[in-house]
Amino acid sequence: MTFTFADPSAVTRLRWQLQDSLVLARRNLAHVRQIPEKLIDVTLQPLMFVLLFSYVFGGVIHVPGGSYREYLLGGIAVQTLSFGMMGPGTAIATDLGEGIVDRFRSLPMARSAYLLGHLLAELAASMLAIAILTGSGLIIGWRIDTDVLHAVLGFALLILISFTMIWIGTLLGVLARSPDAVQGAIFLVVFPLSFISCAFVPLAGLPAGLRTLAEYNPISAFSAAIRVLFGNPTAIPHDVPWPLEHPVLASVLWCIALLSAAIPGTLWAFRQRTTD
Amino acid sequence: MYEITVRHTNNASASAVHADGLAKRYGELWALRDLDLDVPAGTVLGLLGHNGAGKTTTIRILTTLAEPTTGRAFVAGLDVVADAARVRARIGLTGQYATVDDLLTARANLEMIGLLYHLPRAAARKRADELLERLTLSDAADRLVKTFSGGMRRRLDLAASLIANPPVLFLDEPTTGLDPESRREVWEMLGELVADGATLILTTQYLDEADGTADQIIVLDRGRIAAEGTPSELKARIGGERIEVSLDSPDQVEIASEALRPFADGPIAAEAGGIVTPARPGTRLIEVVRALDIAGVDASDVHRREPTLDDVFLTLTGKRQRDPEPELMETTA
Repeated sequence: MTFTFADPSAVTRLRWQLQDSLVLARRNLAHVRQIPEKLIDVTLQPLMFVLLFSYVFGGVIHVPGGSYREYLLGGIAVQTLSFGMMGPGTAIATDLGEGIVDRFRSLPMARSAYLLGHLLAELAASMLAIAILTGSGLIIGWRIDTDVLHAVLGFALLILISFTMIWIGTLLGVLARSPDAVQGAIFLVVFPLSFISCAFVPLAGLPAGLRTLAEYNPISAFSAAIRVLFGNPTAIPHDVPWPLEHPVLASVLWCIALLSAAIPGTLWAFRQRTTD
Repeated sequence: MYEITVRHTNNASASAVHADGLAKRYGELWALRDLDLDVPAGTVLGLLGHNGAGKTTTIRILTTLAEPTTGRAFVAGLDVVADAARVRARIGLTGQYATVDDLLTARANLEMIGLLYHLPRAAARKRADELLERLTLSDAADRLVKTFSGGMRRRLDLAASLIANPPVLFLDEPTTGLDPESRREVWEMLGELVADGATLILTTQYLDEADGTADQIIVLDRGRIAAEGTPSELKARIGGERIEVSLDSPDQVEIASEALRPFADGPIAAEAGGIVTPARPGTRLIEVVRALDIAGVDASDVHRREPTLDDVFLTLTGKRQRDPEPELMETTA
């Protein structure tokens, strides 16, 4: 076998960039085949939350202007996508703790392919989560009550939120010393944040101090925005600050702000971690 | 469609690997200083040294994983800093720690790496099968790497660096952690590669390994070249077998040294618990024991052995390498 050393053209390099990213995304999917429990957080967990909350709290929590089950779905979707940080965070922290990143760096693959591969694989997992959420929502009686345009925007916002969370997870994975540290940190942040918000309970039900926190919590804006776009009850009182008055716009701005910190931060930290 | 570049036809391109004044500093510590190298294509360079001597730093710079603080290096005629991407297409690396994916099968690992070298899918698959066969991993091809023994992982790692048939191969302690049988297999395979025209740069802590394989040896000591030459040149400098006398009492070092003098082919050195010296050719151990006995030396052990890396340092630098500096090579943070 001979090996040719002609230098690639710009088109070839672009094709390689895409191809390399797909090869690495496939690596993550192969990991899932070996450890199927990696997919629990995007499959069984949202399903379980939808069923538990709708049947346990459904009869207790009253949502002005609609049913709790219709209210619930936006919140669970946002919480599930937020836990989507876990996948890239632990996978990248694991890789960096082993020699495999050195191997990749010594190969003629595109520099960006490693992170892009993770991103593509995680986006695929999020699509699965969104599909399961939609399906389980439809089963318990959740409906899209707006037009096609708003519904499409609703799904687009879910993908944008997921994209943002994946980048935050990637940043944590690059910064952390071990996968366990990432897992702990994400759990400690996402869990309280999703409960001190309007993800599961209407704002009116929260005590004063927590309510202020919840009003400015991005999880509240995300949950409210999804409800608005799908035409579900939002249960937002009249005297709320700007982010909840305009949840869709606020959500997009939150995503832009988080991404403009997470993406450059990740690239910088990744360079630091892998350069000597 | 492809641009054929001849930008780098300087003197460096005649050699597979060339370095001028290479140095690397981590914080306050110089891991490598003033390294000059020239490895003609198709030959083997052995980098010999203890942990922390600068071997891995050298490999990391030459494989584009680390940037030199000062100096320049060329691999296949290409600058490892300015032309890093093109260098990577021409090298294979087997790192100190097996860098394969535990959660993939052996075959999937090799195919993935083949694809990342931009081999066509069919070629990557065919090449993976060939290498699995050659490294006697065929039976384990579809097993997850996490079930592999240390030796199998090492062989798979080696296969990974060979997948695209790169002309220049870097092997950082390729036999560390291998049992003697696997060790022999790996060296046999490396010999075949050189016969096929590959250039090898390898590091080892074992003198005899470098001796059997390398055309050229560089002995590194705390980031600097302590000695270099062909194995026979180095052997001529460090001598052959050693005689080692273990003593119960340090008071006897002097009389034991006197008694050993007629059999010594070089300086006699005191070390913890005894003395050691290169043996004069034809020395018989029984004569040594008799001489020691006549001198009244209370020796707890007398034996001959092959020279070790320690003996190399003892001879070349006049002192033992007691406290190798901490291994900072794997620092990527």
